[in-house]
Amino acid sequence: MSAICSLTLHELSALMDKGEVTSEQATQSYLDRIGKTDPKLNSYVTVNAQGAIEQAREADKRRSRGEKGPLLGAPVSIKDVMATKGLRTTCSSKMLENFVPPYDAFVVKRLKDAGAVILGKTNMDEFAMGSSTENSYFGPTKNPWDTSRIPGGSSGGSACAVSADLCAGSLGSDTGGSIRQPAALCGIVGMKPTYGRVSRFGLVAFASSLDQIGPMTKDVTDCAIMLNAIAGHDPMDSTCASEPAPDYTKGLDDGVKGLTIGVPDEYFVEGMDPEVEKSVRSAMSALEEAGAKLKRISLPHTKYGVPAYYVLAPAEASANLARFDGVRYGYRTPSATNLNEMYMKSRSEGFGQEVKRRIMLGTYALSSGYYDAYYIKAQKARTLIKNDFVNAFKDVSVIMAPATPTPAFGIGEKSGDPLGMYLSDIFTINLNLAGMPGVSVPCGFSSSGLPIGAQILGNFFDEALLLRAARTLEKALGITGRKPVI
Amino acid sequence: MSLSSEEVRHVATLARLALGQDEERKYGSQLSAILDHISQLGELDTSSVPPTSHALKLSNVVREDAAVQPFDPASWSSNAPSADHGHFRVPKVLD
Repeated sequence: MSAICSLTLHELSALMDKGEVTSEQATQSYLDRIGKTDPKLNSYVTVNAQGAIEQAREADKRRSRGEKGPLLGAPVSIKDVMATKGLRTTCSSKMLENFVPPYDAFVVKRLKDAGAVILGKTNMDEFAMGSSTENSYFGPTKNPWDTSRIPGGSSGGSACAVSADLCAGSLGSDTGGSIRQPAALCGIVGMKPTYGRVSRFGLVAFASSLDQIGPMTKDVTDCAIMLNAIAGHDPMDSTCASEPAPDYTKGLDDGVKGLTIGVPDEYFVEGMDPEVEKSVRSAMSALEEAGAKLKRISLPHTKYGVPAYYVLAPAEASANLARFDGVRYGYRTPSATNLNEMYMKSRSEGFGQEVKRRIMLGTYALSSGYYDAYYIKAQKARTLIKNDFVNAFKDVSVIMAPATPTPAFGIGEKSGDPLGMYLSDIFTINLNLAGMPGVSVPCGFSSSGLPIGAQILGNFFDEALLLRAARTLEKALGITGRKPVI
Repeated sequence: MSLSSEEVRHVATLARLALGQDEERKYGSQLSAILDHISQLGELDTSSVPPTSHALKLSNVVREDAAVQPFDPASWSSNAPSADHGHFRVPKVLD
């Protein structure tokens, strides 16, 4: 039955509609495959075996009563940064090793209402801080295309699980590229929606003005299906957009005729991997052949994205992570004689290296005497970076660029060099600062067989347009069916 | 830009982190390198640029002040390292 696991969400739901397979069978196939394959990949932190089977039986009952829906009975996974009621949610941290949320995140509730089956919680960089999924208390996740390499991060567990057919689709979160970068490095589709398009209620906060949840899927149609389920207003998140979400599966096949695609000079820099450049440029040509027009543009403040981000994101993180004090939930040191010592030791023992590094950086940037020089300066740089995009979208419909400067790098290659690791996000970070949507789509493979991803970036709330362009690219390239051999 | 070990200790105290000597040294040099990279922002003339705290225009959201009980209070203390009769227990605050 392992062939079931290679199906997309829409293929699986068509089979379930025809009665050729039940959700329970599909769920059991995935659980079997996880049991057999995941020890080599470590994409899951927690497998929800019993709960998943119960949810699958419930979905099968709903279907037998005549209910339909593309996610009804679909086995999916959730990055372990989103609260799942009764199912532990660790953020891949010792701090939350035993945390069992008393409620579901908005997106989890939406998926459950749609009948999705939660197979389990996927591995990630601790508190979503990282680009390689090496910063996990539960050990690194491997890239299914080459297990000596990283899957990207921080949603590396989700990207790996989708790519290796260990779930039919997944939800990730993207603060500086954490959906799009691992999606590119694992050869799947990953979308960061517009800031506010998807509620953050129940998402453990990293950098609240940048965090956004989005789908990670086997193809573009699945991405639209999952976005349909999670987009929309939620009164529990005061930053959530109130405009109604359209049906993202409509118009996917309408093509790109008449679209102008911006090609930013700053995203094709000297020193970038030539195979990545070649692959992304041929993806652009494919869209040109499909009727789009390419136009060179400039996003002049691009290089200030990484420095601005590494002030703003750690500053917000240092405030958000102040809540982990060993009092109400999370890890508490066994050896403290007074309250202050308890705070200090619990935090020092409960957080990993990268998390502490970013808390330190953020605390420094916000500290008395440095606030204007770092924090306000970075917020002003953010304005310039955002305006670059706003100006560009006066002339072009979407922007196209590589998702990453190189294919997946080796495990351990950058773990001793935090700055080098930060610079691996140069092509994804700026979009978060601008708050705009972007989707990463597989566009080729390196000569050593590693996936390469192209990124399509759009104006605020232009997710439907991005998906249409992505779908056009997917059809033109025809590489979606290629699977890693594990 | 180089952070002294005194500065590293000061920031760690503000962040309520107790660092070992090795961590102190390592963070000192790593944070210095990152701050060097960040100092590029100084090249930008931002004298007439307003700061952006959020990408989208946000306005205050108000709703009826209606009392609801979304969660069973007992479910909150179930994750506490130490709880007693619906209260969180902590080590003594004053010596």
